[in-house]
Amino acid sequence: MAERMPRPVLGSPFHLLVLLCSFALCAYAGVRLLDGDWLMITVWFVGAAIVHDLVLLPLYAAADRALITVTAGRTAWVNHVRVPAALSGLLLLVWFPLISGRVSERYQAVTALSADGFAARWLLITAALFGGSAVLFAVRGGRRRPGAGN
Amino acid sequence: MARSSLPGRLPRGPFSPDFWRSPLRGTWFTSVLGVVLLAGITILFVTGLVSYAAYNPDLSPVNDRTPDKGVLGFYLFSWPTDPPWLYRLTQGVHVTLGLGLVPVLLAKLWSVVPKLFTLPPARSVTHALERISLILLVGGALFQFVTGILNIQLDYIFPGSFYSLHFYGAWVFFGAFLAHVVLKAPAAFRNLRRMRRGEDEEPDEELTAPRPDPPTVTRRGALGLVGGASLLLVATSAGRSIDGPLRQTAVLAPHGGPEPGHGPGAFQVNKTADHAGIRPDDTTEETWRLTVTGRTGTVRLTRADLLAMEQHDAALPIACVEGWSTSDQAWRGVRLRDLAALVGHDEPADVYVESLQLRGTWRHAALSAGQVADGRSLLALSVNGADLTPDHGYPARVVVPAAPGVLNTKWVTRLTFGEL
Repeated sequence: MAERMPRPVLGSPFHLLVLLCSFALCAYAGVRLLDGDWLMITVWFVGAAIVHDLVLLPLYAAADRALITVTAGRTAWVNHVRVPAALSGLLLLVWFPLISGRVSERYQAVTALSADGFAARWLLITAALFGGSAVLFAVRGGRRRPGAGN
Repeated sequence: MARSSLPGRLPRGPFSPDFWRSPLRGTWFTSVLGVVLLAGITILFVTGLVSYAAYNPDLSPVNDRTPDKGVLGFYLFSWPTDPPWLYRLTQGVHVTLGLGLVPVLLAKLWSVVPKLFTLPPARSVTHALERISLILLVGGALFQFVTGILNIQLDYIFPGSFYSLHFYGAWVFFGAFLAHVVLKAPAAFRNLRRMRRGEDEEPDEELTAPRPDPPTVTRRGALGLVGGASLLLVATSAGRSIDGPLRQTAVLAPHGGPEPGHGPGAFQVNKTADHAGIRPDDTTEETWRLTVTGRTGTVRLTRADLLAMEQHDAALPIACVEGWSTSDQAWRGVRLRDLAALVGHDEPADVYVESLQLRGTWRHAALSAGQVADGRSLLALSVNGADLTPDHGYPARVVVPAAPGVLNTKWVTRLTFGEL
């Protein structure tokens, strides 16, 4: 049994020291970060990583894979859909509070600026991105893409 | 006994290396993104600390949102007044660069995601600790970006004060970031040098797909998309730091688009009078008085008294922690140092400023003697040739060169000079 279960190895001592130093600094700041609603702050901190790694990333990766499947490998136009979709999705992700209108009332009351039109402008940008991509695709027209190398 | 490795059973799903098919993943792609983030995040961290120092948190408890900072405030210094656009620059860079790095961060996390599912979970004690450290690194990075991006859109759903979450969160993240840089940067730079010499990338079995799908985009193309996405975010945000037509280019960013209102007061407002709880009855010529206290006692001044004092001009911007700013506005009013002298402070003294506003974290603020001494630091009564508008602080507001916007207190009612 003893030879089947090797003792856990320590790994690089230098790496170990760097990590312990880092943990000490993180802990020093961490107790201050968590001074308050520690449970919710922890949920936000760890949850951000979990939501990204296990929800957001799988979702967009699945969408991308679906795109490749439906285009059946005609790579020439995969990117003409992928690029505008990625850019539009990114803008929505970053400006979601304003685009969705969830902060409209506060934004207007606090800044004296209009909160209308964020969604409309995002849609126009999205239209421009897909439209531009379509024009580019049409212009490239009959040109065949060289074999998918690289 | 059942815990020993079972060579017969193959890992499934994302735990199987075969699950990961993108031909883009590999040390070169990850290294390029990592080096960009190394530079970018370093700038974010430094400009963030600079912004923290700009509030002069050591001057007075009212300026300090994180009194338990301990050694994390080790580098604080008295914030200067020159150049007057200093905070406008550093905070504009902090927020705009942060937005621009969002696609780089997402791409970097995408490029290394197979490592999350690597088996065995730990090859050694150090490896186990390194993986724990990655939770702090990834969680910390996302926490910082998410709280920052929500805060500039006034979406205060995070669990606590933004100042404290974003400041301590930055230090937790930075602790993990430092370790990650020490452990990974040498390999990243080595990879880039190899690629520049035209050699193949260093293999990494956790990153490179063993059975990749046929490529649909080149690595350069993918980096181009990431860079283009960064440019798009920066191009649609940077305008919020400049008045006039350029602000209209910030089409989705808060404080982008057209200026509020018309006339001399048509420039960006942080908090409207209405929102701050200013009662119009408290700001009339008859009711409003400025109380100035200092070494020789207290004087109470009407707005007419202030207008009868020597008037001075200063061209200064308003620059907000949220990353937007105005261009220079032509302020006119009484110098703070003249008001200090009125109550016996011929040498510059610190000042405690109180506002009429009923709500708001920054209805009280402290300015340093150095800020009071600057001839451009005014209790402004007018801007751009007209009386202040209610939203810009009528009857009187503070303007100080290079100070964060919230230290330019509006609707001022009391100034107390002296050691704070």
